[in-house]
Amino acid sequence: MTRKQKRLMMLCAGLAVLAVAAGLVLYAMRDNIVFFYTPSDITEKAIPPGTRIRLGGLVEQGSFKKGEGAVVTFTVTDTLKTIPVTYTGQLPDLFREGQGVVTEGALDATGLFVADTVLAKHDENYMPKELADSLKEKGVWNEGKKP
Amino acid sequence: MIAELGHFAVILALAASLWQSLVPLYGAHVNDTRLMRAASPAALAQFLLILLAFSALTWNYVTSDFSVLNVYENSHSAKPMLYKISGVWGNHEGSMLLWVLILAAFGAAVAAFGNNLPPALKARVLSVQGMVGLAFLLFIVTVSNPFLRLDPAPIEGAGLNPVLQDPALAFHPPFLYAGYVGLSIAFSFAVAALIEGKVDAAWARWVRPWTLLAWMFLTLGISMGSWWAYYELGWGGWWFWDPVENASLMPWLAATALLHSAIVVEKRNALKIWTILLAILSFSLSLMGAFLVRSGVLTSVHAFAVDPQRGLFILVILMVFIGGALSLFALRAPALKQGGLFAPLSREGALVVNNLLLAAATATVLIGTLYPLVLDALNAGKISVGPPYFNLTFVPLMIPLLLLVPLGPMLSWKRADIYPAMQRLWAAASIALLTAILTFAFHFKGPWAAPLAIALGAWLIAGSLSEIAQRAQFFKVSPATAFARLKGLPGQAFGMALAHLGVGVMVIGITAVSAWRTEIITTVKPGDKVEISGMTLTFLSERTLEGPNFTAEQGLFRVTIGDREIGELTSEKRNFRPASMPTTEAGLHAFWSGDLYVVMGDKTADGTGRTLRAYYNPMVRWIWIGTVIMFLGGLLSLADRRYRVGVPKTAPRAALEATA
Repeated sequence: MTRKQKRLMMLCAGLAVLAVAAGLVLYAMRDNIVFFYTPSDITEKAIPPGTRIRLGGLVEQGSFKKGEGAVVTFTVTDTLKTIPVTYTGQLPDLFREGQGVVTEGALDATGLFVADTVLAKHDENYMPKELADSLKEKGVWNEGKKP
Repeated sequence: MIAELGHFAVILALAASLWQSLVPLYGAHVNDTRLMRAASPAALAQFLLILLAFSALTWNYVTSDFSVLNVYENSHSAKPMLYKISGVWGNHEGSMLLWVLILAAFGAAVAAFGNNLPPALKARVLSVQGMVGLAFLLFIVTVSNPFLRLDPAPIEGAGLNPVLQDPALAFHPPFLYAGYVGLSIAFSFAVAALIEGKVDAAWARWVRPWTLLAWMFLTLGISMGSWWAYYELGWGGWWFWDPVENASLMPWLAATALLHSAIVVEKRNALKIWTILLAILSFSLSLMGAFLVRSGVLTSVHAFAVDPQRGLFILVILMVFIGGALSLFALRAPALKQGGLFAPLSREGALVVNNLLLAAATATVLIGTLYPLVLDALNAGKISVGPPYFNLTFVPLMIPLLLLVPLGPMLSWKRADIYPAMQRLWAAASIALLTAILTFAFHFKGPWAAPLAIALGAWLIAGSLSEIAQRAQFFKVSPATAFARLKGLPGQAFGMALAHLGVGVMVIGITAVSAWRTEIITTVKPGDKVEISGMTLTFLSERTLEGPNFTAEQGLFRVTIGDREIGELTSEKRNFRPASMPTTEAGLHAFWSGDLYVVMGDKTADGTGRTLRAYYNPMVRWIWIGTVIMFLGGLLSLADRRYRVGVPKTAPRAALEATA
């Protein structure tokens, strides 16, 4: 084989791998992306039950209740609209009423958000970026200072 | 006073790095030896000055000098000494100082040990290294000064984030940074080679050990982070495909590719342009990792409070270096001389496939990490890309790569025959097949692919062992001769086999824990028993404990299998002073076959019991054991006499053949 042919072959191999990778990415992107919504978004956009989404907002004061076993319920609010959430399992250490929270799961037919993940964070000053942005947009939350 | 000394030292280091960036570069351009020689002392001076600054900050932390803002914000006098020291880099400003310290240390190492480098190349390498240092020192002096004073000085500090008060995390950042920053050497060598317009085997012989060193640190750093997340965060997981984790995985993948392509440059003088590009991209991904983690553009479970102004500064550094290096590459790379020829089926060909797959895998991780940012910037919605995406893209690309790993070393350089190579692997293939059958027989409950993935791990392990066995010619010559040959094998050969074996061990661990983990969430009262994976977990009692800077509620559990008592373990909920921040300490019991992982939760509604989450994580430790084996493989390779920097420019013919 000449140098040119060899080069062509390497190029083809490279393109083939790239094509496979691109195919995988497109396929995976189709079903495995989770959109982030605030309670207002959910009421406005009428998200169909069963769609996997992230719900973010503040845990409403006085809404946190422990149920049977490891089940907990609370309400997520962006101060305009609220969504009730139920979750089975242990909450992250920094979960508190009045604090920001991001949960992942799906709405059921009654409008209850069934979460299977409640996002933890490492730092009490930390506010998830998507949450901070949307709360700022609605004028509910201002850039906090370190205490 | 000490803080001002540190501040002053940083400014002097800035001046030294400016000198280091400009003078040797000009010297190399006009071929003035005196000016080129200025590089080494400047690099050493820069290192010593930053070391002084870092020591000053450490001193402030050790003595709990709360008149320094950074110490006040991140330390507390009641903290154990280890965490006072690790607190130095447990915050933004301090971690950036550690970053430039390691950067300067690598530069100083090239200055000190690079005496046999061609003077012009050495001058240019140190100059580029100086530029990177200059950028980050400028960053520290302008927007990220750790030595700011606080007046009046508070009596007590605000404390370090308690989840960071952990031995594994105390050492995780230095290792990770050593890995990130170590890649700067490969970057500097690449840029210097582009300026010079020359890449040869000697160049690759220099780049390889430095890349290997960086890769080893990165491997261990990522592994420690994963281990920490596993037992400290209390979720029982070891990898979350979180953007911050991806930010460290991408440079690791690129460095792994670079490590392999540099072999081709050294041994066969081919793939030169690609290797240069890879060296630039590896460090670019490191810089991008620093930017992503430090700028706050990401939504991450690991994110800490951040400052957007700093993010912008790092973004500018990022653009200057990546853009500059890539422009230089575009201008100069076509002028580089073509290298040696090789057939597609050859050792070189196998290494090209390795590089293609690793590069494609890096790209999929990059897309998954950046896509949400791009969408957000375009105002097209806020999304998150989670583990399913990465499992569907990254894993399918890794499988062919891992399948080919044992085959590569069996192929000869330049042109190879596939059948002899396959023949030499029949033993490894049989072992893999047997493993698959046995795993299937004992574990038929899990997903069907799991036994195959376990077999893949066995294939990697057996392939590495048979590679060594065949080099020593076991089964061909008498055992005594074979052992003698084994002793004579270069460290590099063992290093490679060990590193590949480590990958196999890790694959088995990852497969087992992903396919066969069990999880139970329930509520318990003292005396209750919970069954998990054939074990009985009894909740004995709970009590309150006082730690040095926290109060803990501790649950005591007993583990039994049948009537046999295995042991007791404790899980705690700690509440740290002074921030009143709670953390969870998981209770772990390690068996040879896996971990029992117990997390005691909050009190139940009626106050009599506790929520309890328990996992059985089969073979989970193999993951970290695998990474440690990979690290040791790198160490063995690095210790190889022929590989050591500064030994013969041309290795003896016999030695070359032994590695071929």
